[in-house]
Amino acid sequence: MRAKVKEAAQSSGRKAKFSQMSTFDKTFTVCGDILLFLFVLCIIVPLVYIVIASFMDPVTLQNKGVTFDLSKWTITAYKRVIENKMIWVGFINSIVYSVVFTAISVIVTLMAAYPMSREDFRGRKFFNVIFIITMFFGGGLIPTYLLISRLGMLDTIWAIVLPGAFSVWNMIIARTYYQGIPKELREAASVDGANDIVYFFKIMMPVCKPVIMVLVLWQFVGMWNSYFDSMIYLSSEAKQPLQLVLRAILIQSQPQPGMVSDIQSTAARAQLAELLKYATIIISSIPLLIMYPFFQKYFDSGVMVGSVKG
Amino acid sequence: MGARSRTAVKPAKPKESFWQYFIRHWQLYILFLGPAFVLTIIFRYLPMGGILIAFVDYNPFKGIMGSEWVGLANFTRFLKSPDFLEYLGNTLKLSIYGLLWGFPVPIILALLLNRVRSVGLKKNIQLVLYLPNFVSVIVLCGMVRILLSVTGPLNNLLGTSINFMTIPEAFRPIYIISGIWQGAGWASIMYTAALANASQELREAAIIDGANIWQQIKAVDWPAIKDIVVIQFILQAGNIMSVGFEKAYALQTDLNLRSSEIIATYVYKKGLLDGDYSFSTAVGLFNTVINVILLILVNKIVEKMNDGKGI
Repeated sequence: MRAKVKEAAQSSGRKAKFSQMSTFDKTFTVCGDILLFLFVLCIIVPLVYIVIASFMDPVTLQNKGVTFDLSKWTITAYKRVIENKMIWVGFINSIVYSVVFTAISVIVTLMAAYPMSREDFRGRKFFNVIFIITMFFGGGLIPTYLLISRLGMLDTIWAIVLPGAFSVWNMIIARTYYQGIPKELREAASVDGANDIVYFFKIMMPVCKPVIMVLVLWQFVGMWNSYFDSMIYLSSEAKQPLQLVLRAILIQSQPQPGMVSDIQSTAARAQLAELLKYATIIISSIPLLIMYPFFQKYFDSGVMVGSVKG
Repeated sequence: MGARSRTAVKPAKPKESFWQYFIRHWQLYILFLGPAFVLTIIFRYLPMGGILIAFVDYNPFKGIMGSEWVGLANFTRFLKSPDFLEYLGNTLKLSIYGLLWGFPVPIILALLLNRVRSVGLKKNIQLVLYLPNFVSVIVLCGMVRILLSVTGPLNNLLGTSINFMTIPEAFRPIYIISGIWQGAGWASIMYTAALANASQELREAAIIDGANIWQQIKAVDWPAIKDIVVIQFILQAGNIMSVGFEKAYALQTDLNLRSSEIIATYVYKKGLLDGDYSFSTAVGLFNTVINVILLILVNKIVEKMNDGKGI
């Protein structure tokens, strides 16, 4: 609340001053705003195009491009995509992998960052070196693959969620955030008899909500969007995440069986396969679009907490 | 209160052995750091032992130790092959151009966003800016392929019928521009958050002193984000050789391989598709070693620029 008021007061103050600005400042402001506007436009246009095109009749789309003539619109592509079983299998797998991965990753990372943030923690330098090395040096693809295979994790969820669970980079972010919390808080807590566990979960975590939400967001989106690990470690079709199903349709242009096979003419089949891509993109994006405002709210509050602290 | 706790803790410290400290703070080691440490050892350090595969003619049935030792043969085979310079060049060009074009954009975005006067407008802009980050690599590349297809909107707009995905020269611009489209907004979050922490007193003082906007940015905004900029640059420059496999692979076509075949995709194809484990590991190791060298170099440069403050 305080941040909101402060921000509002500040912005109205700045706004009132525009007329009093020097010519240089005015030019600067206007140019900056135009630049920002153009960037926003560049982001929006392709997305809007895909949405509109997904409703188009395939023949019209190929010959004339998008039109706003609603009589040429159709939802055939959506029907065909929704009726396909693999899309749903992919959705469920992706949700499971992303949720499990995010939970493990964020908890492990946040907890590891705590001792690493304490100056009195003995062995801090040692662990720091151990962790930092892995950011820049690793075994590489084949040794990792052989290890996963040796551990019997091929074609299991663990090959997807465990190897990348601890992120050194995220640990550093969390650690930096912790270091911004006044030391007196811990001293006071320890006088009151709180041990590290109580202090960490009861006192520190609530203060760290912004950084937690950011990490959750990063890890979830990262896992949801990745396909490499699934591509190399998962062989059964029933375990494929959404991205691999999408890859077949979008990149390899291989629609799932049954999506277009009932169409007789080769040309019409190709056109429909093309249209299916649009619909697939939209449908696969819906869950994230639904979650987006929810996360955005948390992210906003994160930025605000930061501004209150400043 | 603070003084009492300090007297209670401090005198014991210098005398305490590590073992005593460990017993007293075992939770920090076992509960807090333990899981991360174990994951790191298993999934990061154990594979490093597997690097030996690069020095043998690996036979899966005999294991690493049973396979014939060939020394650096796998490396020389790669270094002598005509493809070597091409793949190395592709990798470096892709990431260096990507870094040079892409790195400043989020900073500029954050600085511009910081100056938007209406709070509501600013929020809506942020909503749009962050959105592409949620688009997956596959969907992004699918979109790129659709938008740039022979019958796609870009060709309609230009009145041409160019198949961009088959032109090697088009690969890098496609890769970099789509990367900025997707990542710049999200990368600006960090800077935006840091700018929100910029000292308002300083800004007011600057305005009272008659500083114009450019001077305000230099004196107030830039100091607030400078450290993050430096650290981001080091990390991104350090990752120059680990340029993303996923996107390059998804934008590859048989015809643009001349510029789209990077070391990462080559390692994958050689190793997992062709089953040439030793050769693939050698190429991967070569990649990693260059990466480490680059990182040390970049860190040295930043140290010099930043009054001895590196990573």
